[in-house]
Amino acid sequence: MSALHAVGDSAVLIDCDDLDAVLALHAALSGAPPDGIVDVVPAARTVLVSFDPAILPADRVAGWIRSTPPTPPGARADADELTLDVQYSGEDLAEVAALLSLSEREVVNAHTASVWRVAFVGFAPGFGYLVTDSPRLVVPRRSSPRTSVPAGSVALAGEHTGVYPRASPGGWQILGRTDARLWDQDATPPALLTPGRVVRFREVS
Amino acid sequence: MSALTVQVAGPLTTVQDLGRPGFAALGVSGSGALDRGALRLANRLVGNAEETAGLEITVGPFAGVGDRDVWIAVTGAWGRVSVGGRPIDPNHPAFVPAGAALEIGPAEHGLRYYLAVSGGWDVDPVLGSRSTDLLSGIGPAAVRDGDQIPIGESHPAAIPALDVAPWSPPEAGTVTVPLIVGPRADWFAASSLERLFTGTWALGSASNRVGARLEGTPLERSAAAHARGELPSEGMVAGALQVPPSGLPTVLLADHPTTGGYPVIAVMASGALDMFAQLRPGQSLRFRHARL
Repeated sequence: MSALHAVGDSAVLIDCDDLDAVLALHAALSGAPPDGIVDVVPAARTVLVSFDPAILPADRVAGWIRSTPPTPPGARADADELTLDVQYSGEDLAEVAALLSLSEREVVNAHTASVWRVAFVGFAPGFGYLVTDSPRLVVPRRSSPRTSVPAGSVALAGEHTGVYPRASPGGWQILGRTDARLWDQDATPPALLTPGRVVRFREVS
Repeated sequence: MSALTVQVAGPLTTVQDLGRPGFAALGVSGSGALDRGALRLANRLVGNAEETAGLEITVGPFAGVGDRDVWIAVTGAWGRVSVGGRPIDPNHPAFVPAGAALEIGPAEHGLRYYLAVSGGWDVDPVLGSRSTDLLSGIGPAAVRDGDQIPIGESHPAAIPALDVAPWSPPEAGTVTVPLIVGPRADWFAASSLERLFTGTWALGSASNRVGARLEGTPLERSAAAHARGELPSEGMVAGALQVPPSGLPTVLLADHPTTGGYPVIAVMASGALDMFAQLRPGQSLRFRHARL
């Protein structure tokens, strides 16, 4: 672990070397946090810890972070693989294939053959940014975003794949659709894709 | 179930409590009242628990009629507030008989009123909070003309008598906001970091519950930061001054995105967020270094 940065008086940001370090630290810190910890938010290269200084002063938060060993991947509760069934009939499948000089079949095969991991969640509740170790499907966002992307759309942008939890505007390249319920506000947790979760996509017709 | 029928919702009225902490890792922001002190006070004045949901009325006007006798309190912004046509004091409990018109005029001081009712506004909670989160769409929709907002059961204790109201209206002139430098101050030229504190800023008109734009002299990134390219997205907090390439900071507020890719030069002291929420578009502000 490298530097801790104060983020105002109620949060601290931890720089990590890579995504593996982020997820290992996030898993460790979100396991059984002490009273006064509010949120532990993983991102691409950082973990943000917010706290209530009236309950837990900043120096004790820093001490807790420094003394908590990162959790190795195999030991995590989210180690179970999640499989999402996808119909690969998305509006941008042809465009993605053309951008990558692949056939549509090769795009689908690359998507289903990869083991993906939720790096972090952002943009919208339950919208996971999924990464894979050797990404073959790296494409830019659409030059003009769509005003409404349907819920369940499976899409690509940059090195990430993601699934729209609800209908929303969006600029990702749509490969297909899943019927899986990505966001259920009455479930615990409400998001199907949580940081660190391992995901595979399976083609269905 | 008793309810308040909204006749005039105004430009933006939402239900807000103290928000929905603990879900940021799933992309859900804290949300909740922007001026928490004002919401807590309004609830105390009518005998509610401080975290009870109130109405956050941005600027006003607002008008409604209840179908049950209730006690209310209006805090935060100051303006003309009347019950059955008779003016009532800010920051003071008032009795509103069933059928009497509650009218809140455009704010004259500050920007956001908080309207608490004995028993609270009893909309369905989502993830433990009744707050409307305008960015993520979680919680009840913003209040519209004609809505009926359910009123919860009030407890039988008497409303405390109050003869002295030791509160003054929100500041109208230049306010000074305490800031804590970082976490990404090293992305900015030293002269820009200095100017953040020596310059005068104004609250932009492009401001809402997600964030507030500041107007002033743009801040410049350091030569080293230019060489670094873009910052990978990282977790964000309310009160953060995010600086996009335009150089004009956006102060993130309660409904902010949980992560963002613009460097944060400094963060407001958490105790200053309530005051900031009452600034009016165009109002000027300066920053000082907060004592930690």
